[in-house]
Amino acid sequence: MAGVKPTMTVDLAGVAFPLPVLAASGCLGTGGEPTVVDLRRLGGVVTRSLTLEPRRGAPTPRMAETPSGLLSWTGLQNPGVEGFLVEDLPRLEQAGVPVVASIAGGGVEEFLRVTSLLQHRPGIVALEVYLGAPDEERGRGRPFAARLDRAVEVVGAVARMSRLPVFAKLPYLEPDLVETARACVRAGAHGLTLIGGVPGLAVDAERLRPELAAPIGLLSGPAIKPIALAAVHRVARELPEVPIMGVGGIATGRDAVEFLLAGAWAVQVGTAMLIDPAAPVEIARGILAYLKDKQLESPAALRGRLRVPGTSP
Amino acid sequence: MKRVRAEVLSVRRLGAYHVLTIVAPEVAERARPGQFLSVAMPPHRAFLLRRHFSIHQASRRGGWAGTLEFAVEAQGPGTRWLAEVKPHRFLDVIGPLGKPFAYPARLTNCLLVCEGHGGAPISFLAQELRARGKRVDMLIGGATHDHVFKPIEAKRMAQTIRIATADGSMGEPGSVADLLPEMVEAVGAQVVYAAGPREMLRRVAELCVERRIPSQVALEERMACGMGQCFTCVVPVIRKDGSGYDHLRACTEGPVFNPARILWDRWMGEAPEPAPTPPEGFPVVRSWPG
Ligand SMILES: Cc1cc2nc3c(=O)[nH]c(=O)nc-3n(C[C@H](O)[C@H](O)[C@H](O)COP(=O)(O)OP(=O)(O)OC[C@H]3O[C@@H](n4cnc5c(N)ncnc54)[C@H](O)[C@@H]3O)c2cc1C
Ligand SMILES: Cc1cc2nc3c(=O)[nH]c(=O)nc-3n(C[C@H](O)[C@H](O)[C@H](O)COP(=O)(O)O)c2cc1C
Ligand code: FES
Repeated sequence: MAGVKPTMTVDLAGVAFPLPVLAASGCLGTGGEPTVVDLRRLGGVVTRSLTLEPRRGAPTPRMAETPSGLLSWTGLQNPGVEGFLVEDLPRLEQAGVPVVASIAGGGVEEFLRVTSLLQHRPGIVALEVYLGAPDEERGRGRPFAARLDRAVEVVGAVARMSRLPVFAKLPYLEPDLVETARACVRAGAHGLTLIGGVPGLAVDAERLRPELAAPIGLLSGPAIKPIALAAVHRVARELPEVPIMGVGGIATGRDAVEFLLAGAWAVQVGTAMLIDPAAPVEIARGILAYLKDKQLESPAALRGRLRVPGTSP
Repeated sequence: MKRVRAEVLSVRRLGAYHVLTIVAPEVAERARPGQFLSVAMPPHRAFLLRRHFSIHQASRRGGWAGTLEFAVEAQGPGTRWLAEVKPHRFLDVIGPLGKPFAYPARLTNCLLVCEGHGGAPISFLAQELRARGKRVDMLIGGATHDHVFKPIEAKRMAQTIRIATADGSMGEPGSVADLLPEMVEAVGAQVVYAAGPREMLRRVAELCVERRIPSQVALEERMACGMGQCFTCVVPVIRKDGSGYDHLRACTEGPVFNPARILWDRWMGEAPEPAPTPPEGFPVVRSWPG
């Protein structure tokens, strides 16, 4: 057999990631912990969502394990954008890993100020706008993504100011996922990250209490993989030219391949990395093995190859 | 901190606990009392997350050099699986994790308090303190006599020991926290260490603050990763200058904390959130005796 040697580099909105597997937001500490993860073997790192001021985040307890899932809400605990620039970014930059800065805020103004502070910083290659963040200005704490006008307002404002490519991160939205995705792209988003965690509640029946102080958390891990795949598939079918990062429950190379087939351009890994720090490396290896096996030259060759009966390929 | 494939040498039943001995020289070499291990669960199960256990014993010399012990109280699916693990099976273990207990430089009279599987790290600590020539006294408790962790070994290491069980099946009925004020007086405790359920630790903290006794407690907060990545394991801790409080990660900045700096009523549902910082600030807590 002719040996095809696949390249693993992917290009999303003009940014070249050396591997199609990134660390998802909120799942890679500060870059300063002595981790068992080798940062240089990641395609990129998405930071914790950064706000203008440091945030202490939600009270404890913040997590519970549910069947094949992790329910958690950290309440956007982060050192603030300045703290990140001083403490964390230099370490990430030194490792030479492409950094996608995730940004959050209580209102449009905060998103903008965070955006402006992240421009022209060595190492940062793109921004990810966390639309799952609570809208404290107009939404009474409901996520920005829950209102199309607010999602568009934030994404539009950030995209107009930013010189870096902007990815809009959306949760699964019923019934307006595709419409919101399209509106974010029209407002200036260069790409999309699908999906953030799925809202969930865990109950302690003995103590008649919720397990989390929040009390509603976001579900992540294998439990949400089919939901995330559906989101990627629906949006990719309608917006095939828009780069999509698929995220939600990816734990193996096979899982990642499924996302690429459904239309993702790259994937992010969160919960699986909390369990196995080497998961992203293994996942990238699994993608490579699949490409070799199928004689394909790059992850892009898998994109959207899912054959759905009754539709043209 | 190392990630190793560790062979299980033995699993011994000990009352309500199963003590696992594993071979992990790189971890054993560095392990100190108060630190913990993170153990991966088997694949393809609905319980995904790693489970965390205090290091109970680390042998650096002799025939058992390079081995580690931890004690498992079988409660849910993860601990039940571990209790049934067969010798010669390999476990995916990361450790040692977290900050260990500190040893006092000059003070000598150490009172060690534990309930339930809190006895595992406390007995390791007792051994290390004895090796440093400290006087050790112990208060051990649990739900029943089966939950009193290694009382015979404790008797060997401690100058005095008292036991309390919730059902009164061994020692005095009640909690070790009930015996604490008397015991502190009786043994002239200069330093107090504790591990066990949060309610007990809180009572230890209150007494030590009132009597101005330096103390350290090991907390068990729920942890998704145990390695500082996820910020799900935080504990509300007053800043050194008393100007407010921060959410510190139990897995990285803990699990051992100065209990005088913990805001014990900030856990869910116990105080209104966001908790106000008093106008005069929080009391500044003197640091650990050098
Ligand atoms: C630093 C540290 C040291 C510990 N040391 C010991 C020890 O020496 N011996 C021992 O028997 N147990 C110890 N524990 C508690 C032990 O981790 C839990 O009992 C165990 O994770 C429960 O898993 P499960 O599947 O049996 O129970 P489940 O209740 O099904 O667990 C569900 C989830 O809740 C978490 N969880 C449940 N109980 C606890 C708890 N008490 N503390 C923290 N997380 C919990 C689990 O990790 C898991 O994510 C320690 C915990 C921590 C954080
Ligand atoms: C502990 C934790 C913290 C997270 N924090 C953030 C965050 O700050 N910003 C964000 O956009 N997503 C955050 N996420 C969501 C993840 O980035 C990801 O979208 C989600 O967990 C689904 O992927 P997974 O199943 O691979 O974990 C967090 C997830 C977890 C588990
Ligand atoms: S358990 Fe993940 S940061 Fe502590």
